[in-house]
Amino acid sequence: MENPKATTVVQLKGITKKFPGVLANDRVDLDINSHEILALLGENGAGKTTLMNVLAGLYNPDGGEILLNGKLVQFHSPRDAIANGIGMVHQHFMLVESLTVAENIILSLQSNALSLNLDRIKKEISGLSKKYQMPVDPDAYIWQLSVGEQQRVEIMRLLYRGADVLILDEPTAVLTPNEATELAAVLRHMANEGKAIIIITHKLNEVMNFSDRVTILRAGQKIASFLTAKTSKEELARKMVGRKVLFHLERSACVPGKAVLKLENVEALNEKGLPALRSISFQVCCGEILGVAGVAGNGQRELAEVISGLRTVKKGKILINGEDVTNCTPLQAIDIGISHIPGDRLGVGLAPNLPISDNLTMKAYRERPITRGFFLDRDQLQVFAKNLIQTFAITPPVPETPARLLSGGNQQRLILAREITANQGVIIAVHPSRGLDVGATESVRKTLFEQREQGTSILLISEDLEEILQISDRIMVLYEGKIMGIAEVADITVDEISLMMAGQPLEKFNHELPADGLKT
Amino acid sequence: MRISFEKRLEQSRLSAILVPVFSFVMALIFGAMILLAFGVNPLQAYTVMVRGSIGSSYALSETLVKAIPLMLTGLGVSISFRMLFWNIGAEGQLAMGGIAAAFVALFLEKYLPPFLVLPAMMIAAILAGALWGLIPATLKAVIGVNEILTTLMMNYIAILFVEYLYFGPWRDPDGFGFPGTAQFPETAWLPRFTGRIHFGIIFAIIAAALIWFILNHTKRGYEIRLIGQNPRAARYTGVNIGRNILVVMLLSGGLAGLAGMAEVSGIAHRLYSGLTSGYGYTAIIIAWLASLNPWGILVVAFMMGGLIVGGDQIQIAMQTPAAVAQVLQGAILFFMLGGSIFANYRVRIIKNLEKSKSGADGYG
Repeated sequence: MENPKATTVVQLKGITKKFPGVLANDRVDLDINSHEILALLGENGAGKTTLMNVLAGLYNPDGGEILLNGKLVQFHSPRDAIANGIGMVHQHFMLVESLTVAENIILSLQSNALSLNLDRIKKEISGLSKKYQMPVDPDAYIWQLSVGEQQRVEIMRLLYRGADVLILDEPTAVLTPNEATELAAVLRHMANEGKAIIIITHKLNEVMNFSDRVTILRAGQKIASFLTAKTSKEELARKMVGRKVLFHLERSACVPGKAVLKLENVEALNEKGLPALRSISFQVCCGEILGVAGVAGNGQRELAEVISGLRTVKKGKILINGEDVTNCTPLQAIDIGISHIPGDRLGVGLAPNLPISDNLTMKAYRERPITRGFFLDRDQLQVFAKNLIQTFAITPPVPETPARLLSGGNQQRLILAREITANQGVIIAVHPSRGLDVGATESVRKTLFEQREQGTSILLISEDLEEILQISDRIMVLYEGKIMGIAEVADITVDEISLMMAGQPLEKFNHELPADGLKT
Repeated sequence: MRISFEKRLEQSRLSAILVPVFSFVMALIFGAMILLAFGVNPLQAYTVMVRGSIGSSYALSETLVKAIPLMLTGLGVSISFRMLFWNIGAEGQLAMGGIAAAFVALFLEKYLPPFLVLPAMMIAAILAGALWGLIPATLKAVIGVNEILTTLMMNYIAILFVEYLYFGPWRDPDGFGFPGTAQFPETAWLPRFTGRIHFGIIFAIIAAALIWFILNHTKRGYEIRLIGQNPRAARYTGVNIGRNILVVMLLSGGLAGLAGMAEVSGIAHRLYSGLTSGYGYTAIIIAWLASLNPWGILVVAFMMGGLIVGGDQIQIAMQTPAAVAQVLQGAILFFMLGGSIFANYRVRIIKNLEKSKSGADGYG
């Protein structure tokens, strides 16, 4: 432990949490210390938030125990947890906009008093505000506050209720860089006052700037713990994405044909109206896989969406075989021949309650023989579905089964079956093997690789570096919506990729490294 | 110890049958307590209710008369609910249908050959309801205005417009001051089968078949179901959600408009105050109780018709205040809707952590 004053406040032992079909946390051990900021690092879906929701009383664990100051505790609700001094600030704030700061802070208090001494409460808030150097006006209405100030109110609410352990879920996701710096100072101050702080994040910079210790989760398991001062962004990136060698593919040399998919200076915004893609230019040739690496949230999803017509391009051009397809509708993108395997399988890729057959025909239903004029030919639809179920070995091979009852691997096979059947030259695959077991992962990658052999241009967006290195011909790294570099996979090392993922452009270290350092 | 609700992965067939039956029984017990509080013998009251709603051919016909507009509006809202478009404006669409039908019957009838009067009224009513529904649909599809507010508010416009017409310019000059238009000429009356059961029942059955067919056997139906199940997936596979909203609301509003025509032309033979008596709102409950299944809607609408007619009978035969019948109707609906949560969720009583560990395997 770095700080001599630090004492262990909470111990999580063997925490396991299952959701239908997913093991979100797998026997995770975690120590949380006072006077310390702990960063919980991992990709989306690694189980960080689930683990903290267990600690904050939102979920009941399916296994394992929580020790608070050495004593076994059970939290049945967030109220329980906060009564024991553990509170969480969620990604989406839970404030009532039309009430004042003070009113929001007392909102969740359980008090039997009939009268409310608001003045005393305001004084207490001001006191806390001074103690933690966190300016908050108790009389301001929430709607008047900036996002950063609202976050302070959330933190204040926990402090007011006596929280000693504060969990913050992706605290900087909504903040401007300046607000983030202020937040770092506030958190540091609270840690110095003896609080235990946990931040959930997938941003490496944040870990380096905020934390004393860092614990990395991957696929629900704890992978490693470091003292932040004794690790580097590159090491963290490597641990986070993992390095598991699955199988070897006989790669025929890439004979790039003509450029099929081409982006020229493409810019786009994210949901919050902030730039998500900045001047993106690249091309993918016929029979080539271009892997896109990067830490989650650096523009990958937006990149897939602009190409498949789901997101507006603000500037720049997208060309398919030389034809300008910028800002086409999703339907036009499908007609042009862009297949899209979305990263959010259940949220976007499937209609979970509809049967396998209807999910398989989500793109083919518009055409003969499944439709004739206005009418849907159910028999043809079944024939079509049964064919695909057989070809792609989807189990159970029953077209009537609702898609939600399939395993993750079979759900992905279903999407692959549909997208590859509709494929006319371009596939955008986002996290195609995320959350799948080894066998399913292998089958997904093989399927994509076969498509490359047949001349398809594939843009493979993945947080799994191993996957990219295994089947891509070239690799491109995104950082904050910018391309850090594009290189032949054979010409680049994992360390170099890690540097790019941490925000160093390729040209920069080209100069710094000796020429032979580039080769593996 | 605490109680938690967990969504069932698969709705069990047994609970799909048992839950409504159990809910109904609970509602009857609850209703009995209310009746007792009013000094009414519950058994006697329930007997009156059953007899008054299905106990005679007259009772049966009155129940069906109430059920017809509920069936048509229920089917109308169900198709918009299928794609998560919350059309709660069936009442207004029905009113506009009634107005259009009355307009044809009162002012155009003399220019039309007799056999064309009813078809013209139908078409006018369907168009009026559809156009009334198209306004909020367009607002939603083009600029994303919340349809719950617009459809609801347009109800008031339509309802007040009907009132204006029969209190004002369209009021029957020979009506001794009663609100309502003049009676339609007989060519504008929907034929009746027996009692007051009119041709509207055929409309309802055809409409149910039509909706069933559209949903299951057309491209449009496939898109509607896809949007309803996962709008994001629909958008991703290239479905034009805006256009579907427009089409669905034309259909939804059109059916409600037809219900309005059937009411004025089949029952009252005039535009009158009873037209907007809440069918469009009850339709929402019916659609949900029937899980949006078109055939189910016919059945539930019939039951609801029985509840209304039977409730009236209690009031008449047992001399209870009108509110008692309404409380009874409300209680039955409350228990039926409340009970449906048990068909979709299972209740787990969690004693402590040690025990729930072994229970974790239940996730499959």
